[in-house]
This record gives sequence, C-alpha cells and structure tokens, in this order.
Amino acid sequence: MKLPDLTKLAFRNLRESVLRNSLTTVGISVGVASLVAMLSLGIGLQQLASRRLMKSGLFDTVVVTSRRDLRNNREQDNSGPAPGESRLLDEPTRAEIEHLPNVVEAYPDIRFITELRYQDKPHLTTVAALPASAKSTDAFEGVQGRFFSSDTAPEAILQKTFAEELLGRTPKSGVDETNVAELAAPLLGKELTMRYAQREKQNTPATTATPGVSSFGTDLSGAAYSVVSREQKLTIVGVADLDPESMRGPTRGRVFLPLGLAQALHVMQPTDLREISHASDQPVYSSVSVHVKNPGQVQKVEDAIKKMGFNTFSILDASRSIQQFFKVLDVFLGIFGSLALAVAFIGIVNTLVMAILERRREIGIMKAIGASDGDVKKLFFAEAGAMGILGGIVGVALGWAIGQVINLGTNVYLKRQGFPPDHFWAVPWWLVLFAILFSFIVSLAAGLYPAGRAARLDPVQALRYE
Amino acid sequence: MGSIERAATNGDPTIALPAHDAPAIRLEQLCRHYRMGETLIRAVDGVTLRIATGEFVALLGSSGSGKSSVLNLIAGLDRPTSGSVTAQERNLAELSREELAKYRLHTVGMVFQSFNLIASMTLAENVELPMRFAEIDRGERDGLAREALARVGLQARMNHRPSELSGGEQQRAALARALINRPKLLLADEPTGNLDSRTGTEIMNMVRDFNRQLGMTIVMVTHERALAERYAQRLIFLADGKLVSDEANAPTLTNVTSHARPGEIQ
Repeated sequence: MKLPDLTKLAFRNLRESVLRNSLTTVGISVGVASLVAMLSLGIGLQQLASRRLMKSGLFDTVVVTSRRDLRNNREQDNSGPAPGESRLLDEPTRAEIEHLPNVVEAYPDIRFITELRYQDKPHLTTVAALPASAKSTDAFEGVQGRFFSSDTAPEAILQKTFAEELLGRTPKSGVDETNVAELAAPLLGKELTMRYAQREKQNTPATTATPGVSSFGTDLSGAAYSVVSREQKLTIVGVADLDPESMRGPTRGRVFLPLGLAQALHVMQPTDLREISHASDQPVYSSVSVHVKNPGQVQKVEDAIKKMGFNTFSILDASRSIQQFFKVLDVFLGIFGSLALAVAFIGIVNTLVMAILERRREIGIMKAIGASDGDVKKLFFAEAGAMGILGGIVGVALGWAIGQVINLGTNVYLKRQGFPPDHFWAVPWWLVLFAILFSFIVSLAAGLYPAGRAARLDPVQALRYE
Repeated sequence: MGSIERAATNGDPTIALPAHDAPAIRLEQLCRHYRMGETLIRAVDGVTLRIATGEFVALLGSSGSGKSSVLNLIAGLDRPTSGSVTAQERNLAELSREELAKYRLHTVGMVFQSFNLIASMTLAENVELPMRFAEIDRGERDGLAREALARVGLQARMNHRPSELSGGEQQRAALARALINRPKLLLADEPTGNLDSRTGTEIMNMVRDFNRQLGMTIVMVTHERALAERYAQRLIFLADGKLVSDEANAPTLTNVTSHARPGEIQ
C-alpha cells in the first residue's frame, strides 16, 4: 500500500475509536511533555549559568602570569624555557599581548593589601584596580551609586562587606539579607584615605649594586628605587553587591580603584622585589588579564600567549567541568522524563493489542481481499506512528506551556525575594524536533509487537470471529 | 480498453496466464485435517476435482461437510494438510504468504454470506480497498470504484456506510468489491444465505451474468440444492470432507433480470 493511502487509512482507523486513541495519545503527550520539561529545565539552567558566567566577564578573560612566577608552574606546559630564562611580564609585553588578534584589551592585575582610614579609623583590606570595561560586567550590575567617572579619578567603589565594616556592622553568616542601598546611603560621597607604599624611581645610580654584578658590565641603575609611604584621598562613589569569595577572578578585592589611578600611584607590588635584579624602567606585573573578543577565541589567544612564553589560565578550563556537570544533569533529567514515555509506550501496546482484538474480523476481510502480511503490519505501524507524531506535537506544546508556567511562578517568587527575573527554561528548536522524532520512534517500537501479531493472524480464523 | 480485455491482462504479472484449455482449478487428493483437542477433524479428506475455465460450479453439502474449507483452500486463505490446489496453473501450496496475498488480490474475488464489508468505511472506500492494496493511483481508483458501484446499481449509495444499507445492497457492494480487480475466479460462500429469496435471486442473477459475460469461473458454496440447480452448470456434493457426487446440471433459469444490464457489465 502506498504511504498516502496508508496514512489516510491509519487516521481513519484512529478516528473510529476516538476516545481510546485520544487517551493513548494524551498518554504519549504527557510522556513527551515530561521529557521536554525536564530537558528544557536542564538546558535552561545550563544557559542561565553560561549567561551569568559570560556576563561576569570571566568567560572571555585569560589571566597571564610569567613563568618566572613559580607559584603557577605546577600544571603548566614545561616545554618552554626554564623559569629563570623566561620573559618578564612587563609593560611592553602587556602592549604586545594587547595587539594580538582577537584581544580587546590587556590590563595589569594590580592589587595590594593596604590601610584605609574612614572617619579616622584604620581598616586593613585588599584594594584592586578595575579597568573601565568592568562597568558592563555582571559584578557592577547592581552597584549602588555609580561607576568611576574616569580611569584616573580619585574614586573608590566598596564591596558591601567592606561597607558594612566601615559602618561598624557585623556581616551575618549564612543567609545574605543585606540591603546594599541601605549601606550605600551614608557612605556615598564620603572620603576615604588610603595609605600605601609607593615605589619611587631613584635618579642616582643604585648604591646597593654590588661590585660583582657591575663587573659584568650590566647597567642596573633602573633596578634601584625607594619605597615611600603615601596617602591618597578617595571619594566613595559606589557600593557593589559582589562576593569577594565567589569565582570573580580579579575582582576579589574589597575596595576598587580605577586602573589608571592605580597605575599612576606606582604602588609597591610583590613582583617589584622579585624582579629587582632586572634593570628596567618599565613596571613588571604579577599578572595581566586579557579580555578576548568572544569565548570561542579564548583557546587561540591562550595558545598565542603560551607561545610567547607565559603561563595562562582561563575560566573556560574551569567551565569544562561545569559543562560536564550539565551534560550529566541532562542525561538524568532525560531519563526521568523518559519514564513517563515508557508508561506511554505500554499504553500504545495495550491500545493496539485491543485494536487487533476488536478489528480481528476486519483484518481477516482485508487479508481475504488481498492484503499481504506487510500491508496489515504497515497499517498498524502507521497507526502507532500517527499517535506518536500527534502525541509528540501536543506533548511539546504541553511541555513548553508547563515551562512557561514554572518560569512565571519562579520569577514571581524571585521578585518577592528581591532578585531580578530570569529565564530558567529553554526549549531550543532541536529539542522540539528531537522530542517529536523520539515520540515517533518510541511509538513505532511500541507498535512492533501488535503489528507483528496482526500480520500473523490466520484469515480463516479471523473471518470466523464475531 | 474494455473490462473483459482488462481482465485478461490485469493482475499479478508473476502469476502465469493458463493455457486456453487448462482447468481453472485442479484439486488433487486435497486434505485439510486439524486437531480439536484429542480429536482429528478431517474437514477435507482426499478431494480430487477439476473445474474448467468459465465454469459455474456449486459445492453442496450439509453443514460441516467441508465445502467452505474447500473454498478457503481454493482462495488461498488456508493451506492443505496434504494434496494440492492448482489454480491458474500455479500450485498454491508452493506459494509464499506474500505470493498467496497477491493471488487473492489479483486472481480471486470473494463474496461471503455475511457480506464482510468493513463497517467503518463507506461503500466507495470498501470497494476501492483492494485497489489500495494493488497500489492503483487514486484518480483511477475513484473512477473504477464509481463504475463498479454503478454496475451493481449502488452509485447513489457510494458514500453510505454498510449499516445504512439493506442486506441485498450490502451483498451487491460486496460483489462490486470482489470484481474490482477483475479476478479470474469468483468464490462465493453462501452468497444468498442472509438474504430473502427475491434479493437472493437478484444477487444470483448478477453472479450468473458475470459468469456468462466476463467468462469468469465461479465456485459457489451453498446448502440450497434448488438455488444451485437454477444457476450452476455443475453440482458437486460433499459429505464428511469427501466428494460424494459430481453432476452436470442444466441451469433452469436462463433469462437475465438483474440490475446489471449487459452494457453496464462491459
């Protein structure tokens, strides 16, 4: 029998027992809906996590350290030169990295522990410098006040725990119910005094250079500097709701300064001591953060920087394990979703076996007038397949609707809790196709036994059946 | 191309056309035995028979004599326990299930006592069902179904379901379905069994017309001797699965009075 005839006949037969077939189709729909709902949740959560990570600005960031920094050498490629012979991570190198293809910017990671005075009380904390591009990252999405007015402005943004400290409040452990707006109100526009150690270049040749070193004829005058204690007044312009202990990479400080200002201050860095033996006017950085155009190019940029002789680290490495977690989660959610489809499978078998009993005589008639075993088998397959496709389409719609309702409910709950709404649910087009195809295949598999049984019916016996 | 010419060429090409004088059906020591508990039922027990092309044969006998079993074996719906059925020069015992289905589709038309129309289909759908199995295009199918129903006087009822029709109308529709693929054999199992005598006569006149005008070989199972004598050219009596008598018969009813006029049959 030709496919259009088969399809027409199958749908006609389904219409004949409309209640039973509809109930079976609803069973399939529920199965598909549960599968779609589970997988959509998995995909939605994965996309949400990816979105959050992307917005954090870390997904497209590569952190570069020198191979001279032995702390980071454990898991790195050791094929390059020995640490002692490797390149310095100084300003010309940073500029070179910034000119690599697909690199948006490369900025030094300046952070130091220092004392800040607020209303004559000293507070010891970590200060970190932020580039202007940090304004668009997730970390400053909920900032109270504003971002820095310029890259060199004497301004500071406080992390909320530090703001609490300044106000003499004790941060609560466990549930975070801090109202950032409340914290910011008394602090915005106030002044902080930062005391720091400035590295000041000496104009005279270094008196500390040993005769032994100078005998090699090396000019080490650039390696000599003084360390001077300085003060810098800072205006508090913002309070940020970001956790220093979260995976936010270079923003782990509790007080943030504009990068331009931090560079101009020439704050003493740990690398300054380590690299004192190198004569150079250029600042040497402990690490440089490289902002890549998009996450897809992170690997290429990492490879290029490694070739230059530096160590690299990107959150993409860490995200691989997150992706693996979501893959496992998807498999488990898929299995749970498929359980309902397994019940639907049994429903289809039951419906079709009942149909054989009911239509025994009809099968006998069809065989008597020339239907082959194959024709009968195909007809039952077509009926199972039609139920599968119908159930699949309705199931996808149902699954999507369930997703929308849960998404709406979750967002209402989040709004009440003071969180911004988001999408936890995603039904990509491939999932729609996959669900319908899967439903079709499962239904065909369910039709296998009944179709075979119908095809094997003895026409003489079937014609005697009343 | 007319219907008779079509009948000569239409059908399964794998089934060879018989030589002109070859019998349409040949049964050789045909047996169909089956077990019912401990008892061996000999439904058909060593029947040997030849039916010529174009013959109208009546198989007579009481209930349980084996006449319907013989008809099922000729139709290829059942397989013999031993012996052979040769129809259109092919031994049915040697055919696969698929080949038997093709034989039933193209060579045999069947009419049953209980009409056996599919209740959920309209008359047109019932009539065109064998053509669907024969994979005939929809356009051609519609025309042929309409033509076949017109031939049996049911063109006005083609979109009705069997339950909306009288017994006679249902049997006429069953006849139209049996003839739709232009078979060479028409096998009728008690075709008038569920009909009153007037309607039965109407149906039998049609069957006889097909026999005469299309040269179709007809094997009819009946337990009514009078009916057989009126239409059949040969009366074969079965009892306990055995052939007990084979008589030539001169049909007593000769005038054509059916709905189907000769022009319509063509």
